[in-house]
Amino acid sequence: MQKYFHALSIGFQNNLTYRFNFLTRTLFGFIPLSAVIMLWRSIYEGKPAGAATVATYTLSQMISYYLVVTIVDALTAVNEDDWQIAGDIKDGNISQFLLKPVDYLWFRLSLFLAGRVTYLMVAIVPLALFIFWLRDYFVLPADFATLGLFLCSIFLTALLQFFLSYTMAMLAFWVLEVSTLIFMLYAFEYIASGHLFPLDILPPAIERALFFTPFPYQLYFPVSVYMGKVTGGDLTRGMLIQAGWVLGAYALARFAWHRGIKKYSAVGG
Amino acid sequence: MALAVRLSTFVRYAGIYAALWKNSVTRETMFKGNFLLWIIVEMLWFGLQLCFIGVLYLHTDAIGTWTKWQVMLLVGASHFIQQIFQAFFLINCANLSELIRTGKMDFLLLLPVNTRFVVSLRQVDLGGFVNAVSALAVMIYAARQIPLTPSVVTLAGFLIFCVVGILIHYSLMFMLATISFWTVRAQGIVYGYYNLFQIARMPDEAFRGLFKVFFTFALPMLLVTNVPVRMLTERLDSRWMLLILLGMAALCALISEWVWRISLRRYASASS
Repeated sequence: MQKYFHALSIGFQNNLTYRFNFLTRTLFGFIPLSAVIMLWRSIYEGKPAGAATVATYTLSQMISYYLVVTIVDALTAVNEDDWQIAGDIKDGNISQFLLKPVDYLWFRLSLFLAGRVTYLMVAIVPLALFIFWLRDYFVLPADFATLGLFLCSIFLTALLQFFLSYTMAMLAFWVLEVSTLIFMLYAFEYIASGHLFPLDILPPAIERALFFTPFPYQLYFPVSVYMGKVTGGDLTRGMLIQAGWVLGAYALARFAWHRGIKKYSAVGG
Repeated sequence: MALAVRLSTFVRYAGIYAALWKNSVTRETMFKGNFLLWIIVEMLWFGLQLCFIGVLYLHTDAIGTWTKWQVMLLVGASHFIQQIFQAFFLINCANLSELIRTGKMDFLLLLPVNTRFVVSLRQVDLGGFVNAVSALAVMIYAARQIPLTPSVVTLAGFLIFCVVGILIHYSLMFMLATISFWTVRAQGIVYGYYNLFQIARMPDEAFRGLFKVFFTFALPMLLVTNVPVRMLTERLDSRWMLLILLGMAALCALISEWVWRISLRRYASASS
């Protein structure tokens, strides 16, 4: 276990060198976020008086949705881990892990978690200021239990994001250029996980279909926990399904690694 | 005499550019599979933006005065402008920091041609043209849904203003890329600029206040697509909008040339 703590600390140090990068990324990210918020505001203003909701969302809830999405994204989004893993495979850097008593998956997970914590440290101040600026529209969770479950769900989301990215990166064992495939999956994730809009404003049939995929559990689910959209039995069931997807993704990641290693011939190694 | 000199300069540069094209075509044919995959990626992201607009209009009839198919036309036009920009300029702007970091800039400075010309147009991204066609298809479909039957003059004007929009993107992006003369960590620029593209495809009426002023007169993202599309759909509030777009394009071009000249003076080769 200690060796992974060591990896964690390496991760902190590496990521701290990117703090300027993280900061600009956060600040640049506010531009489209503000734009989407203003777009929604003008949609709500165009509504006849009395019809002040879109699906079940009031304007404040809609704005909060996007703000919470930004928070969850900051905490769980895979930054460059997938490129780095694919790069390690392509360049033969993983050879050393086959010799050392370090498990590559846990090692990468440590780096990923360190990266997220560093990112949060950089992003938290601008993000807090941005939310404070929109405080009139920011809905707080109903109670501490909701907040706690939200945090649990975020943790599961982070694991799910990581294991899926790890699995995608394993494709580097078979194909030379994985970036196109990663971008394709990312496109599906972007829309089906609720990045662009809350999934429950979709026609119900499409929404139900999406819940058969892991995508909603990569973002939409924790956000809807926060917003109090899922409660009681649905909440328990949702958390279990999310945990199920995490285990499934983990198994897939392990499987892909084992198949990949069999195929692997260290280039230049 | 002066005309003859200009003409021969033009012919010479056209010849150089043809050679650069030939190079790029050769490069793309080496990775055919990858070339096709990138086109699919771009189409997916384009489709995703259209889905977003579709979903928004499930819940509203208009954003300001913009109807659904007008916004679809806007998204199509924005994609068209972005892809043509990408075809000619994007990789070259993104590669500038690499040229500086590795010192390859030395060779380009020594060439007996205008350095900005070679730096800006070295590579052509052919996929951009294919994607522009898909954008065009969406625009035509949206125009039929509105329905819209523009005259040849309007259409020509629309295309000219699209070119103006592309030049604005180029001036701004090139200016951002020259930051790499000061700091090598300029790779984040491409990512940063992508966020600006996202504003260019939104209907201008959704914005107001400081945001609108900033993205009209500082970074004219709310002009590059909105003005040409307003012209095409005959919804220009006044001719002034066209003049503002032209004025901003000229201003951006001048500033970017000025910044480029200052930056170039700072260049110290990587090996020295």
